Amino acid sequence: MSVATASGYLESLLQGRRQLQASPLAWFDRLRADAVERVGAQRVPTTRNEEWRFTDISPLIKLPFQPVYTASNLQAAEVEHFYLDPAAPRLVFVDGVYAPQLSTQLLNPATDSNVVITNLSAAISAHVMVLEPHLGRYAEFHNNVFTALNTAFLHDGALIIVPRNVSVDMPVHLLFIATQKEATSYPRCLLIAESGSAVTVIEDHVALQEGVYVTNAVAEIALADNARVNHIRVQRDSSQAFHIASCAVSLAQASCYQSTSITLGARISRYNLNVRLTGEGAECTVDGLTLIAERQLADTHTCIDHVKPYGISRQSHKCIVDGAAHAVFNGKIIVHPDAQHTDSTQSSRNLLLSGRAHIDTKPQLEIFADDVKCAHGATVGQLDSEEIFYLMSRGLSEMTARNLLTYAFGAEIIERIPIVSLKHRLEQTVLERTQRN
Amino acid sequence: MIYQNSKPLLEVRGLRATVNGIEILKGIDLTVRSGEVHAIMGTNGSGKSTFAKVLAGHAAYVVTGGTVAFEGKNLFELAPEERARAGVFLAFQYPIEIPGVANNQFLRLTYNTVQAQRGKDELDPLEFDDFVREKMKLLEMSPDFLDRSVNAGFSGGEKKRNEILQMALLEPLLAILDETDSGLDIDALRIVANGVNQLATKDNAIILVTHYQRLLNYIVPDYVHVMESGRIIKTGGKQLALDLETHGYDWVSIEQRAAAGV
Repeated sequence: MSVATASGYLESLLQGRRQLQASPLAWFDRLRADAVERVGAQRVPTTRNEEWRFTDISPLIKLPFQPVYTASNLQAAEVEHFYLDPAAPRLVFVDGVYAPQLSTQLLNPATDSNVVITNLSAAISAHVMVLEPHLGRYAEFHNNVFTALNTAFLHDGALIIVPRNVSVDMPVHLLFIATQKEATSYPRCLLIAESGSAVTVIEDHVALQEGVYVTNAVAEIALADNARVNHIRVQRDSSQAFHIASCAVSLAQASCYQSTSITLGARISRYNLNVRLTGEGAECTVDGLTLIAERQLADTHTCIDHVKPYGISRQSHKCIVDGAAHAVFNGKIIVHPDAQHTDSTQSSRNLLLSGRAHIDTKPQLEIFADDVKCAHGATVGQLDSEEIFYLMSRGLSEMTARNLLTYAFGAEIIERIPIVSLKHRLEQTVLERTQRN
Repeated sequence: MIYQNSKPLLEVRGLRATVNGIEILKGIDLTVRSGEVHAIMGTNGSGKSTFAKVLAGHAAYVVTGGTVAFEGKNLFELAPEERARAGVFLAFQYPIEIPGVANNQFLRLTYNTVQAQRGKDELDPLEFDDFVREKMKLLEMSPDFLDRSVNAGFSGGEKKRNEILQMALLEPLLAILDETDSGLDIDALRIVANGVNQLATKDNAIILVTHYQRLLNYIVPDYVHVMESGRIIKTGGKQLALDLETHGYDWVSIEQRAAAGV
């Protein structure tokens, strides 16, 4: 694919901005204008770019799909099987457009009175003082053309603000539903967890039917001192779709971020998760499971950036790859000179279920402090023969033993999801996709 | 316990086996009758754990000679899972951890698989829960272990109790306990041994594979066999284990060599 065509692709994408309305807020318009400029200054990455070495996204260039601007008339009956049980506060976006008829606030008025769970455009004037220092400040777009595109199209999104010392009891469900073929959506999330607050958020990307479409998602999560955020991300897009996403997380002192990301869908997907521990004693757990088959490609790039001392990071990433699918994991850990006493572990474990399945895993440690504990390990392979023998010695057939161990490999990550209904659904998916007979 | 006229359960004749092309078992002869408890003792590398794994059917161990009959039938014609269903049970020296699978699911799956094979009724989750809790009392195990992943994060002693719990559920005819005493403190040893003793009947048999005599204070063997270099070089009663404890393994091998005129 020539550069001319690739830049033509970006230009034709940007034409979709004509329907965007100017914002009354000068800084908001300036942010978008900066992003447009950065789109113009960059190219679509190729495999010659180190960050995209294993992921050829050139097929995307042929798909300059425009965003949807019209509200969906989707009815609850068509999508409620995606809802959490028991019901939780929920923001629903259909093809990127906020769907108030499907969304619900279900907060406890006694304890959660000042919690904001709403769509961004509705809240932007009311919360402008809170938003300005955060929106677009974490998701870096100067060197990321997809984040630049998402920011250039920024007009709505999911907004959660958890005030100081408030713990939201119920999980918050952010549900992004793709219904239209040949459309690009630009989901955007901003979560501001103020000092001492706690919240669990499920970012859930689903499709109503199979089809070729593009999702370009960006999430920003800011944790103030002692805040706790549990972020569960499920990508179950159509197996023909393209899903490009970035999530930028900033952790202040003694805050704690827990991430579980499950990648099941899309023909080609890329997830960049950047976690910056900017305050002393911050802590993060970053877990992932990729479960793909056929000709899927799923690329996860994480960067855990220890800026200050006494940070703790725990990472466990697993891939189960079947068919002729290709999984990529790049796990960068940076420990800055100031970040003494950092305690970091990373494990990348990968299971190949077919001779044609392919995995590229790359731990990348950049350590500039001397008094740190950093452990990492990566394995790629088939099931362990000792484990199979153990189960067979208990009367299970070899097939049953293999099925159980493959299921367990994935279930270990799913188990960490605290919402029972979602956990069971995902366990069922793992079961269906890993069992042979 | 030795019973008059009890039938042979396991008959091993001239058993030879290799691992990675190296011969480890060099001709083993052993007869185990129902009701009996046999202890196989020996130093590290004598082949006793290999013997246990060969009986259970581990694929890494290649049988190169001899015969093994289990209830009169050729054991080597059975795949590992068929041996388990026929009543052979191996308690592992190092039980495998399976994070992601709850212990109760695993136990019920193995129990029902073996029950179905034996033409007996399977249990649904609620029935099984009552049943397994009763068995756990035998090993003084907390019901908490049912909800945890199989062996994951269990201490050494907890893993061994979980092994004997599986023995209690599967009710094997022949239980081979490979170094079940290793890594156990004295309290755990007493509990595990007590569990095993309660499972011993006149219809089943137990082979204890152990390095130390300590376990045999709690599970009293009818026969003690000493293995060295892939052979059983001496067989005696429970007194033999005490003599080994006092004199060490060298004493048997010196005695053997003297008898052979070497």
